[in-house]
Amino acid sequence: MTLNYIQNNKDNIFKEWLDRLKEDSDETITNVILDQNFETYGRELVELAILKISGKQDEYERQSENFSDRMVNLGWPLRFVVNALDIFGDVVFDEMVKDKYIRQENELKVMHDLNHWLKAMNSEIINDYTDSWERTIANQKIALQELSAPLIPVFEGITVMPLIGMIDTERAKQIMENLLQGVVKHRSEVVLIDITGVPVVDTMVAHHIIQAADAVHLVGAKCMLVGIRSEIAQTIVSLGIDLNRIITKNTMKSGVEAALEMTKRKIVPLEG
Amino acid sequence: MDNQSCVKIINEWDIVSARQLGRNVAKELGFGTVDQARITTAISELARNIFLYAGQGQICIEKLYENGKTGLRLLSIDSGPGIKDLRQVMEDGYSTSGGLGAGLPGVKRLMDDFQIDSSPGEGTDIRAIKWLR
Repeated sequence: MTLNYIQNNKDNIFKEWLDRLKEDSDETITNVILDQNFETYGRELVELAILKISGKQDEYERQSENFSDRMVNLGWPLRFVVNALDIFGDVVFDEMVKDKYIRQENELKVMHDLNHWLKAMNSEIINDYTDSWERTIANQKIALQELSAPLIPVFEGITVMPLIGMIDTERAKQIMENLLQGVVKHRSEVVLIDITGVPVVDTMVAHHIIQAADAVHLVGAKCMLVGIRSEIAQTIVSLGIDLNRIITKNTMKSGVEAALEMTKRKIVPLEG
Repeated sequence: MDNQSCVKIINEWDIVSARQLGRNVAKELGFGTVDQARITTAISELARNIFLYAGQGQICIEKLYENGKTGLRLLSIDSGPGIKDLRQVMEDGYSTSGGLGAGLPGVKRLMDDFQIDSSPGEGTDIRAIKWLR
C-alpha cells in the first residue's frame, strides 16, 4: 500500500521533499541544492528509494553503487544524503497522513515499513561512500609511494635522490631502502640527497638523513646532502644537529661538481 | 578565542597540519622566512613528541600583543605519561627513543621563551614564545 501511494504521488512527494530540504539546510547543503543539476539527481535519489521499497534489490544495488560514486565525485556531503533520506521518510509519512491513508490501525505498520527500508538504504549508502573513499585513499597512497623516493643515475657512479615534501617514518624507511638498493644496482660511488623541496628539517628528518648516510657509507659509497636553504641551515644549527659526518653543499649544481671531482672528472666547455 | 587556533595531534599527518597552521600565522604576523622556519621546526618537534610519547594531544598557536610587542605563542598540551626528569630531557643528546635527543633543547634555542610543566602520569604542557623583531 505504501509503495502504491508513493508511486502515485511521486511528483507531489518530490516537491514537498525539495521544499523541506531547502527549509532546514545550512551553507554546505544550500550549495548542493543550488547546483543546477540538483533536481535531476534529487529525483534519482527518490527513484532509488522507490526501487528499494519495491524490493527490486538487484536493480537497486546496481544503480545505488553508481549513484554513490557520482555523489562522491560531485562532492555531496554524506551528511546531506543521509539527512535527505530521513526527510524523504518524514515527507512520505506526513503526506500519507494528510491524504488519510494512515489510520490508527495501520499507523505502526507503515512507520515500521518505512523505517525498515530507509534504514537499510542508509547503511548501504554509507557503505558505498566509505568504499569509494577507501578506494581513493588507497590509490593516493600508491601514487605517493611511487613519488616518495626516486633514485636517478646522472653520471657513471653518481646518483641523485631528490626529496620533495614531508618525510614521515614510512617514507624514511623507503628512502633508506631505495638508496641502498640503488647504490648497489647503479654501482654508485657518490649519492646526492637533495632536500631543496623539504619544507622542514627537524631532528627526526635529520636523524633519518644521518642514518641513511651512515648506511650508504657501509656499502662503500659516499653520501652528499645538497639543497640546504639558508633558513634550514640556521634551524639545523639552532637545533644543535651535527651534520659534520656528511658532506654538504648548498645547491645541486655545486654538489654535482664536487661529486665529479671526487670521481676524478670535471665538466669542461667544448673547444672551438 | 579569535587569537588562538588549535590542531589535534593524533597521527603523523596532523604534524603537517600543525606546521602549516603555524607557518600561516607566523606569515600573517610578519615573521621573516628564517623565523618562520624556526617556528615551524619548533612546532614539528613538539607535535612529534606528542605523537611519539603521548599518543595524542594538541598544538595551539596564539597571537600575542603585549607592551607594544607582537609575538607568537606555541602551546603543546597532552595528557600522556609525562616526563620524570625535566632537567634530563633538556640536556642535548638525551633520548629515550634512539633519536638525536636535540628536540626539546632545540625548541628552547629556536624560540625566545620556553616553559615546560610536566608531572608523571598527568601529561606535559609546554609554552614557547617567539617575538617579532
